[in-house]
Amino acid sequence: MLIIKKAQYESLRRHGEETYPHECCGALLGLFKDGHRTVEDVVRCGNTRDDRPQDRYNIDPKELVAIQRRASQQGLDIVGFYHSHPDHPAQWSQTDLAEAHWLDCSYVITAVEKGSASRTNSFVLLGTGEDDKHFEPEEINLAAVVEDQSICH
Amino acid sequence: MSLKVSIPTPLRRYTDGNGVIEVSGGSVSSAMDSLLQQYPSLKKQLYTDDGRLRSFVNVYVNDEDIRYLQRADTTVQAGDTISIVPSIAGGTGAISDFN
Repeated sequence: MLIIKKAQYESLRRHGEETYPHECCGALLGLFKDGHRTVEDVVRCGNTRDDRPQDRYNIDPKELVAIQRRASQQGLDIVGFYHSHPDHPAQWSQTDLAEAHWLDCSYVITAVEKGSASRTNSFVLLGTGEDDKHFEPEEINLAAVVEDQSICH
Repeated sequence: MSLKVSIPTPLRRYTDGNGVIEVSGGSVSSAMDSLLQQYPSLKKQLYTDDGRLRSFVNVYVNDEDIRYLQRADTTVQAGDTISIVPSIAGGTGAISDFN
């Protein structure tokens, strides 16, 4: 399960709207506890794929180094990442899986249809390595406003 | 000489949960050897069978990518931090690309 506050959840979805028709991307900082990931901070990142930003994303590793340092200073870990799929489903693609290497982390995908964020899904990357890694869907728990079912994924 | 290696979240299962490992060495190569002596099971995660760093594994000394320095021969000093950072990328591809 991915536990995230409503404001953070809306922030990452809004990011996808702001970069539309390009893909957005960012990191989720938080804590691993009882098999769940709890988000404490959402960090927006730049998409370095200037050649085809409408259907690819890449986070500059130098930015990741800085984020990893920032997380450590806050007593947090990188617990996941997010990106958007402009005018495509909020489902992982073969490209997403091939390029995913952060086992046990959440990969949140928001579909952005004609500029408006629609469905948001999260998938956790499981396995022991490159040979058997795979995505499994996971629940998104909006920690702050769980009673508002209308905004759940 | 003592320096630190920052271990990313997904590799901490191979370092007993530790996010920062103290290592010794005067170069990235010797520092990585020191790391792997302490945690041998990391090797398969970081290197291919023929000993090359996996393509998605980025290694930084402080804020510099070793690919733009002297790669494994890059000199390190006491107090430096070596960061191991798997890449983050993806994208939609074609509709038929989806699971």
